[in-house]
Amino acid sequence: MSDAPETRSRSTSGTLARWCPPVVAMILVVIGLWYVAVVPMNVQDTLTQAERAGVTISPESAVARRDLGNWALVLSNIDALGQSWSLDRPRLPAPHQVVAELYKSTWVEETTGRRGIVKSGSLSNRGLVYHTVVTLNATLLGFLIGSTLGILLAVGIVHSRVMDMSVMPWAIISQTIPIVALAPMIIVVLYSIGVQGLLPKAVISAYLSFFPVVVGMVKGLRSPDGMQMDLMRTYNAAPMTVLTKLRLPASVPYLFASLKIAIAASLVGAIVGELPVQKGGLGARMLAGSYYGQTAQIWAALFLAAGLAALLVWAIGAAERRTLRRMGAKP
Amino acid sequence: MAAVIQAQNLDLTFQTGDGPVHALKDVSLDIPKGAFVSFIGPSGCGKTTFLRCIAALEHPTGGNLTVNGMTPDEARRARAYGYVFQAAGLYPWRTIGRNIALPLEIMGFSRAEQKERIGRVLDLVDLAGFEKKFPWQLSGGMQQRASIARALAFDADILLMDEPFGALDEIVRDRLNEEVLRLWAATGKTIGFVTHSIPEAVYLSTHIVVMSPRPGRITDVIESPLPTDRPLDIRDTPEFIEIAHRVREGLRSGYEE
Repeated sequence: MSDAPETRSRSTSGTLARWCPPVVAMILVVIGLWYVAVVPMNVQDTLTQAERAGVTISPESAVARRDLGNWALVLSNIDALGQSWSLDRPRLPAPHQVVAELYKSTWVEETTGRRGIVKSGSLSNRGLVYHTVVTLNATLLGFLIGSTLGILLAVGIVHSRVMDMSVMPWAIISQTIPIVALAPMIIVVLYSIGVQGLLPKAVISAYLSFFPVVVGMVKGLRSPDGMQMDLMRTYNAAPMTVLTKLRLPASVPYLFASLKIAIAASLVGAIVGELPVQKGGLGARMLAGSYYGQTAQIWAALFLAAGLAALLVWAIGAAERRTLRRMGAKP
Repeated sequence: MAAVIQAQNLDLTFQTGDGPVHALKDVSLDIPKGAFVSFIGPSGCGKTTFLRCIAALEHPTGGNLTVNGMTPDEARRARAYGYVFQAAGLYPWRTIGRNIALPLEIMGFSRAEQKERIGRVLDLVDLAGFEKKFPWQLSGGMQQRASIARALAFDADILLMDEPFGALDEIVRDRLNEEVLRLWAATGKTIGFVTHSIPEAVYLSTHIVVMSPRPGRITDVIESPLPTDRPLDIRDTPEFIEIAHRVREGLRSGYEE
């Protein structure tokens, strides 16, 4: 098949065949490094366990071991490291432990747990699915508020010189304040006026997500060139007409680029907003994991958050492709 | 015939960072109804600026300019002219048909009327059947024809064209020149046409306005003796060559002054 490479490289399977090897290789390398890193990270506990099981460890005193470097301990006790990847409370859980925790706190919890959806009819508040849904709700509401606000501000900035000069600096300053410092204050202030639950978290999400939308949309709304604006002038078009028929359609590609950043920022905002409240959500789950030394639980929540972010960004990307195709973009 | 566009002692000075630029100086011109007027001259002679003044996209700093007996701004608000820019400037997110519908939508034509007009102007520029295509699916020449169709769609009786074929190759340009003449004969519009091609100006125009730079001014206005019916090979006739020669002389004298 002499013509195979040419035709195959255009098909989906060809793309997969081309991209799979490097992607898979990269994932394998990361997992491999992780397994290696688990050994020195957990060496203290591993050796203590081995000692209890009757193995002779050098140095023998736990106090002496504490003062020694992790790598030195690993090298002087190569034979006693078997438990590194199966500790109950590892400092760094091995990948398979995280996967097991993920499986246990989602599928197993929901199907067999007393509070799981099968037995109780509602999602278990001990399972990750429930917490993911809590975070997702805040993320989506915050994203909706943030991007709407961002678009409105951008429209205002483009049309009013006063807004351009007054709003933009504040928008930039707002993003220089660490959200971790600001989040508790937002929650306390909102609580004092009787707002709690989903909304305060969504407000923090919106706070993070409006900014990329403002910046992207200002750029997008200003993207029509002088000739296109002149054309509208020759039609004697009102500013509102210029906005709806020229500026807004021209800004759509910019909007989607911003929305991808905004939705990821929204998720971060929701998680940060859950830290001080501790009433459910992936953020609460991560903090609880760190309180109780359940590192696998932290990592499981982290992975779920990362997966959720990937899914959300992908969804925006899919909407972008659909919209741009409908707007006549080259396939 | 009555003048559609009248300019008297028009002056326009741009204030730039490097001091004032005298773009137009003492420009006086009457454009009669139904004329095809070409503006020719080197870069910086103010030909495009003058066209933009007529369209009220620039505002003269002195003198008098009327379009259809109104100020240019009033004429613009009355949608007295269609303007064709150097680039086609079609909206990439609209099909050819929807691009032509753009001015019609803004001016509030009914759906049925839009459809009828789109069909009519597409026929005029020989683009029937391309209504549903997106601009990127058309060649540069076809895009420029679509932009002419867009300027024709709302029946303004003045058509202003600013180097519409400047970016196209010679062969396409010849074809489009023929088409513009055909359009002009079919619609009877008054056309203002900026170019820096001598053959194009001579071939198309009833009046050739020769301009020269620094400051931008009119050096010669040539009324063409050529018949209205002009096949492409009229460009090889002695009359044609003589007018072209006079245009060239006018351009040269503008430089020497």
